[in-house]
Amino acid sequence: MTTEEIKEKSIKYRIKILACIKQANAGHTGGSLSCIDILNVLYNRILDVTPENFDSRNRNHYIQSKGHSVEALYVVLADKGFFPESDLNTYCRHGSHYVGHPTRQVKGIEHNTGALGHGLSFCTGLALGGKMDGRNDKVYTLLGDGELAEGSNWEALLSAAHYKLDNLIAIIDYNKLQITGWTKDVCATDPLEEKFSAFGCSVQHVDGHDVEALTKVLQRVPFAREQPSVIIAHTIKGKGVSFMENNHAWHHHVPTDAEYAVAMQELNQALIEVRRC
Amino acid sequence: MKQKVTSIMNQLELGKANLTVFADTLIDLAKTDKNIVVVTSDSRGSGKLTSFAEQFPDQMVDVGIAEQNLVGVAAGLAAAGKKVFAVSPACFLTARAFEQIKNDVCYSNHPVKLIGISAGVSYGALGSTHHSLHDFAALRALNNMSIIAPADNFETRASIICAAAMKTPVYIRLGKRAIEHVHETDAVFEIGKAITICDGGDVAFIATGETVVQALLAAQLLGRQGVSCRVVSMHTIKPLDIEALVHAARECKAIMTVEEHLVHGGLGEACAAHLLQAGIALPCKIVGIRDEYTFTGTQLDIFKNYGMTAAGLADAAVRLVKQE
Repeated sequence: MTTEEIKEKSIKYRIKILACIKQANAGHTGGSLSCIDILNVLYNRILDVTPENFDSRNRNHYIQSKGHSVEALYVVLADKGFFPESDLNTYCRHGSHYVGHPTRQVKGIEHNTGALGHGLSFCTGLALGGKMDGRNDKVYTLLGDGELAEGSNWEALLSAAHYKLDNLIAIIDYNKLQITGWTKDVCATDPLEEKFSAFGCSVQHVDGHDVEALTKVLQRVPFAREQPSVIIAHTIKGKGVSFMENNHAWHHHVPTDAEYAVAMQELNQALIEVRRC
Repeated sequence: MKQKVTSIMNQLELGKANLTVFADTLIDLAKTDKNIVVVTSDSRGSGKLTSFAEQFPDQMVDVGIAEQNLVGVAAGLAAAGKKVFAVSPACFLTARAFEQIKNDVCYSNHPVKLIGISAGVSYGALGSTHHSLHDFAALRALNNMSIIAPADNFETRASIICAAAMKTPVYIRLGKRAIEHVHETDAVFEIGKAITICDGGDVAFIATGETVVQALLAAQLLGRQGVSCRVVSMHTIKPLDIEALVHAARECKAIMTVEEHLVHGGLGEACAAHLLQAGIALPCKIVGIRDEYTFTGTQLDIFKNYGMTAAGLADAAVRLVKQE
């Protein structure tokens, strides 16, 4: 897939994320918009996880530790053919399996998340199991920077480094905001690079909205032999819609009809521009 | 789980600690199954797993003193196809890592085998931080979870063999002291099927874990006083063997439940709830640890203080039958 096609997908995904949230009148808007470029590159260029190979153990894995950004995951999984896109019209509705956090009831999802600070331990076990059996698959997980306040993450890193899990890749959606406000003001999790390095990981930074840069950094893992890799993806919460960007109020705010119309106008304009390039 | 295992023990002879039998059984299983993996939290010594670790170093994972990570890692290993035994003191495993058990194991339905070692009041005078008197109550509230408290060496070995084959989560809680065999040589173990050890019509003891031997001894005391007792080993707390419970309630004059757990939320309340819903009313007593600052002493001292040894159970049974 060309870079232009990937960029176009990013905008289309954003449109679908907002449509999904709008119809449900529920969702985590800002975080889904901040991580969607990462998921786009992972699923369209890196993972090679498809509905056909999903039931095999001998493939790569993606576990979304920051489960609340589930709309981004659903939209990408629908695009990859795991389920019909029309299923998302039931998101958060009566009796639907498409609940507000990832569950294994949905094809393409292999672990239930939503309570923060769980993904890294699970991925450590998954990566360790792969190594025990001599498999070459990699395990990717996405965490929020606010989520890093959960102590269980650091327990997981201790063991991931101890067992030299260079098939484990943690991507931090470093949008610097959480529900209350700036992470640095709530309870700082910075400096991230120093912390991850001290815990025995090999760390790289990337612009989390630059799909080419994301592709290159993800193609380079592991960054060091026998060390877990950490990618600090610098992102903007609410990315792609001007009035949602860098505003913690959009953590799980649902756009009004007027806001939705403006957001769609902006994203459709962006779509025209990316096609023009 | 339909797998059945038969006893070859002699009743009331002193056996090994259930913990030792657990570790020996795991070694036997691992000899023919490289997918058996043990995860501990610096607990291989207290789990009697030193020998396992020496014989199967590639099937032994230690995460250090980090129970939350222990359970999360175990879930990931299970998802990777391993038969995972997550082994840690019951007190820490079921409290510190409760959210991991709830979400990573039960809600996600990964078949982790959680082994709570030195459970109940096995740690005795070490105090309440080291007691697990909440675990039945806490884990009964989790979807997909099975709960087993083996009474003796036979039930321990059988439950570990059955757990290894299970495709859903299971919690097995094990005591620390050497324990008497409670079964005759022909007993059969199946998860979810209580074992009636002796039959009688006056009082039915529905006991679990290391209190079963006390109930059996109480039945012998009572037999000498002309009170006929049934003793049921309800090794599986969830799913509860309702049929065995209802039979006991219909065929006996009174029921006493016995458990090494707080009187709230465990075996006793589970039985009472089922009996009430089945419309069966009879004299009933829930015996366990009272809701208070726990008495200090050895496991047996604590049992004695709360009326959970043979003499205490026999006294209570007589009062119950006489409706005092």
